[in-house]
Amino acid sequence: MVAPSELGTWADSSKHTGPLNLGEYSRDALLLKLESMLVIRKVEECIASLIEDNKVKCPCHLGTGQEAIAVGVSTNLTSDDKVFGGHRSHSHFLALGGSIRSLLAEVLGRSTGCSKGMGGSMHLFQPEKGFIGSAPIVGGTVPIAIGAGLACQKDGKGNIAVCYFGDGAVEEGMVQESFNFASNFKLPILFVCENNFYSSHLDIHLRQPSDKISRFADAHKISARVVDGNNVVMTAMATKELLESVRCGKGPGFLEAVTYRWLGHVGPDENVDVGLRRKKEDLLAWKKRDPIRRLKDGMLEASLITSEDYHSLEMKVVTQINVALDASLKDPYPEKSFLLSAVYKNNKGVSR
Amino acid sequence: MKITYAQAIRSAFQYLLKTYPNVFVMGQGLWSPWYVGNSMNDLEVEFGKDRVMDTPVSEAACTGAGIGASLCGYRPIVVHPRMDFMILAMDQIVNQAAKWSHMLGGETHPAVTIRGVINRGGEQGAQHSQALHAWFAHIPGLRVVMPATVLDARDLLISAVLSDDPVIYIDDRWLYELEDDLPEIEEKDLSLQLPKILRNGQDATLAASGYSVQLCLEAAQALSEEGIQCEVVDLRVLNPLNVTSIIDSVSKTGSLCVVDGGWESCGMAGEVIASVAVQMSQSSKNIQYKRITLPNAPAPSSKVLEDIYYPTRETIVQVIKEWNI
Ligand SMILES: Cc1ncc(C[n+]2csc(CCOP(=O)(O)OP(=O)(O)O)c2C)c(N)n1
Ligand SMILES: [Mg+2]
Repeated sequence: MVAPSELGTWADSSKHTGPLNLGEYSRDALLLKLESMLVIRKVEECIASLIEDNKVKCPCHLGTGQEAIAVGVSTNLTSDDKVFGGHRSHSHFLALGGSIRSLLAEVLGRSTGCSKGMGGSMHLFQPEKGFIGSAPIVGGTVPIAIGAGLACQKDGKGNIAVCYFGDGAVEEGMVQESFNFASNFKLPILFVCENNFYSSHLDIHLRQPSDKISRFADAHKISARVVDGNNVVMTAMATKELLESVRCGKGPGFLEAVTYRWLGHVGPDENVDVGLRRKKEDLLAWKKRDPIRRLKDGMLEASLITSEDYHSLEMKVVTQINVALDASLKDPYPEKSFLLSAVYKNNKGVSR
Repeated sequence: MKITYAQAIRSAFQYLLKTYPNVFVMGQGLWSPWYVGNSMNDLEVEFGKDRVMDTPVSEAACTGAGIGASLCGYRPIVVHPRMDFMILAMDQIVNQAAKWSHMLGGETHPAVTIRGVINRGGEQGAQHSQALHAWFAHIPGLRVVMPATVLDARDLLISAVLSDDPVIYIDDRWLYELEDDLPEIEEKDLSLQLPKILRNGQDATLAASGYSVQLCLEAAQALSEEGIQCEVVDLRVLNPLNVTSIIDSVSKTGSLCVVDGGWESCGMAGEVIASVAVQMSQSSKNIQYKRITLPNAPAPSSKVLEDIYYPTRETIVQVIKEWNI
């Protein structure tokens, strides 16, 4: 039996499905959020079909349904902040303005990819946008991110580190060590937990005694906010509030964003009936809490956009992706010599 | 009836769980159809979820728990569905499991089996491709086995669990479809298991472990069609390593090529060659040595680079043909 949720209604898929309350944001700011979420959704749909067509072979963890989190967080960041991701990081990369072409080229294994074809979907990189790197060892980038936070603290310029991770990652010792370390040294870092209740096939109730991940923030005296991760306005506002104290040296912040992934753990299937609560009905219920549709409906209701505006925004995004895709499909594969030449900064002293 | 390597692993788990009430299994993905191929399908249905436990994403805790339970009378098998994830448990394996017997006076023995799966290819990239058997073979106190055949996939797992020492059992997803007819299960003492000659020949000796053994067998077949007869030695047990049969073979063939799915530097291939060379230094024979390993680079993602990264049957054939045999 499923234990009661400690997240209140955020965990209840039948709630919070209506149009968004738009908060303090201007039409332009909301449009940017809408566009950014659409870019993520459509790029991932494009990747899903590339996998189905056997053109993409690397493992791709898609975050469809979770777009609002990265978008809400990123609207509060600058390219001087230091952002880290994990195995499911397309959204983290794109929400910072990461290049669509370089992401598609990377999953296609081309030399024009953001990691030059060496990494694939699970290893993204775009430091000029503030995306310092992602890697798929669960929890593995959390200690690295606190190190970036330490560097930001030493720099004293008000920049911060951000680390995205899932509800599974907090089961790793190094993540808990990092919370303590960051809190103890008052590091300027925002921990962002995308709580989608699953670690691959396993429901959180089979892995942890509570579904509320921010309990670890409380234990480490890190100020935390729990939000509806499918509400981009709420996510952006909570991030803003947390960052006010993170940026002025009061120590780390912790954002727990409750969400659900529409697709399976890896690849384009839905993985229905895997785990405790992943039935067709659950999936359908969560799809009603679509972060994109809810923002669109909110903006329509407030007469900030018309259906035609939305449609043309969608078309603009799709065209942009198609252009990027056509280009990256023609891009070259890495040179064979690159296998050995990228191991060190240069090959001085390397004899074999 | 033929069964596969993966089914052979499953039949070992089944035998152990059925025969020994103090055996239990834990690790990530054990209730999932994806993690360990079909090598553990439905064991939790057959033996219950308390004896086949799917765990949180906590490699260190899970491995430590296996060690601790083994000190208190159980025979746990800890499963790491990927060797790359097992690195997070390195402290428990190297600082703890390997040391307890010796550092506490030889009276306590963590009889835990730790299964690590090599799972590579498919553009999985640097953190999902590693074969780190040589690391474990470096550590006194750990027994390290690497089944290359369907028979060993089953029997070495049983021997590992029956051993009173901590055993690292390393299997490879690339072997899961291999098929063979197996005899009835017979419990074998792990400490008596030695390298095995899988193919006879007088022109060159090929030695390897795990998946590389199958590459050697294929290369030996191809070479024999060209008149070069290779002897193929399957190492089976990497630690403690016994190279007697390799020395016997090399005394006959005069050449040794070790093929390994790990890296060259401080690796298994170098260790085998060094052990053989040192013991044969008094011999009048002039022996030729070669090692075939991964290039000294992490695994790339892009298919074009992956294709040149892993040694193949052809790589071995080329190397042997370069020798004047
Ligand atoms: C150290 C380590 N252990 C196990 C895995 C296998 N693995 C990859 S993703 C994942 C699930 C992680 O779940 P969560 O952190 O909640 O992220 P989500 O997939 O839900 O985004 C697991 C177990 C891994 N990549 N690294
Ligand atoms: Mg999760």
